[in-house]
Amino acid sequence: MSGVSIAAELPEPRRIIEARDVVLSFGETPALRGATVSAAAGEILAVMGPSGSGKSTLLYCLAGILVPAAGEIWYDGRRVDTLAEPQRSTLRRDRFGFVFQFGQLVPELTAEENVALPLLLGGARRTAALTEARAWLARLGLDGLEERRSGELSGGQAQRVALARALVAEPEILFADEPTGSLDSLTGEHVMNLLTAAAREEGTTVILVTHEPRVAAYADREVIVRDGRVNTLSPDRVAS
Amino acid sequence: MLSLMSVPLTLLGLLEREPSHGYDLKRDYDAYFGRSRPLPFGQVYATLGRLARDGKVVISDVAPGEGPDRKRYVITEQGATEVETWLTEPVEPEPHQQTVLFAKVVLALMLGRPAAQYLDTQRAAHLQRMRELTEIKRTGGLVDALLADHALFHLEADLRWIDLTAARLDALAEAIRS
Repeated sequence: MSGVSIAAELPEPRRIIEARDVVLSFGETPALRGATVSAAAGEILAVMGPSGSGKSTLLYCLAGILVPAAGEIWYDGRRVDTLAEPQRSTLRRDRFGFVFQFGQLVPELTAEENVALPLLLGGARRTAALTEARAWLARLGLDGLEERRSGELSGGQAQRVALARALVAEPEILFADEPTGSLDSLTGEHVMNLLTAAAREEGTTVILVTHEPRVAAYADREVIVRDGRVNTLSPDRVAS
Repeated sequence: MLSLMSVPLTLLGLLEREPSHGYDLKRDYDAYFGRSRPLPFGQVYATLGRLARDGKVVISDVAPGEGPDRKRYVITEQGATEVETWLTEPVEPEPHQQTVLFAKVVLALMLGRPAAQYLDTQRAAHLQRMRELTEIKRTGGLVDALLADHALFHLEADLRWIDLTAARLDALAEAIRS
C-alpha cells in the first residue's frame, strides 16, 4: 500500500473571492477596520454579526459595489477595488448575482421579465432570455406566476423570483444580504432550501450575510463581523 | 444551580483564584452560581475531599480547632490543568446549558482568561450542531424535521444569550471586580 494519503490527492480548493485588511468609513463613522475574509469556490459562507457591525458593508466591498479606502479586494486572482466603475459594473453583471431583503424586483415588469433582465442586459435575445427565465421560475416552484407583477406576489414568491433572477445568468458568486429577513420562518426556510440547493447544484459560491443563526446554519462555514473586523470561527477552507 | 458534574470544576476554578477554606468557597459559589439553590456545606466538604483524594487539591494548613473548615485548600497543577481544559472546551451544544456557560464566563473573568474567546468557541460549536440539525431536516422526514426544529430554536436562544453576554463582558467583569 502506498503512503500517499487520500487528502494529498484531492485538489486544493480555489480561493475565489477575498478581502484583505479592508478599511471603509461613512463620513466620520468607521464601518470596516481591517476586515479580512475569503471564500473557496463553491463554498457557502455565512457572514454574521450584530446590527451595525459592518457585515453588509463587507458584502458590498466584496461585490465591488463599494470601494474600500484601504485594503484590497480580489476575485479569481484579479484585483477588483482598483478597477474603474464601468469595469466593476460589468464584473457584477457577468459574474455576480444578488439577493437582498427588500424591494429588488422592478414593479412594472412581470416575474419572467424580472428574471430575464440580467440576460437581456448581457445581450441575450428576448425569446431565449424569457425561455431561460421560465425554466428558472419552474425550478423554484413558481410555475403559473410568470405573468404576475411584484405587487401580485407574496413575500416568499417575490423572494424566489429575486433568487431566480440572481441565478439565471449562472453567476460564479451569489451575494445574499439578509435574504429571508422579511419572511416568516417557514417561508424563509423554503427560500434557504432552494437557494442552497441551487447553489450546490450549480457550484455557485455564496456569500450570505445574516444575523440569524438558523439561516447561517445552511452555510458550510461562518465568520462573525464585530466592530468592523472579521473573526473566523471555523477554519478557512483554503490554506493561506 | 449548576449540574452535579460542574460543581467540582467550579470549586476548582474558585480555588485557582486563591487558596480558600470550605466556608469561603461556599460563600463565593452561592454568590455567583447558587443563588436559587445554595450549595449545602456537606456537599462542599465531600467534593473537596474527593478533589483531595484525586490529587486536584491539597490541604496547605489546618488551623487549630475542630471541624473541616479549619482546612485551607490549594489547587494542584493537575487541578489547574483540569480547569483550563474545562474552560477551553465548548459545552456539549444541547439546549439549556446557559448555567454552565455562565459559570465558565464568570470564572474566566475572575481568572483573567479570554472569556470572549470561550464564547466564540461555544458559538462555533452551537453553529456546527445547528448545521447538523439543518442537514437532518433536509434529508429526513417531517417528524425528524420537527424534532430538529425544536432543538434549533433552543440552540438559537442559547446563541442570543451568548451574543448578549459577549456584548456585556466588560460590564460583567466590572461587576465581578466590585
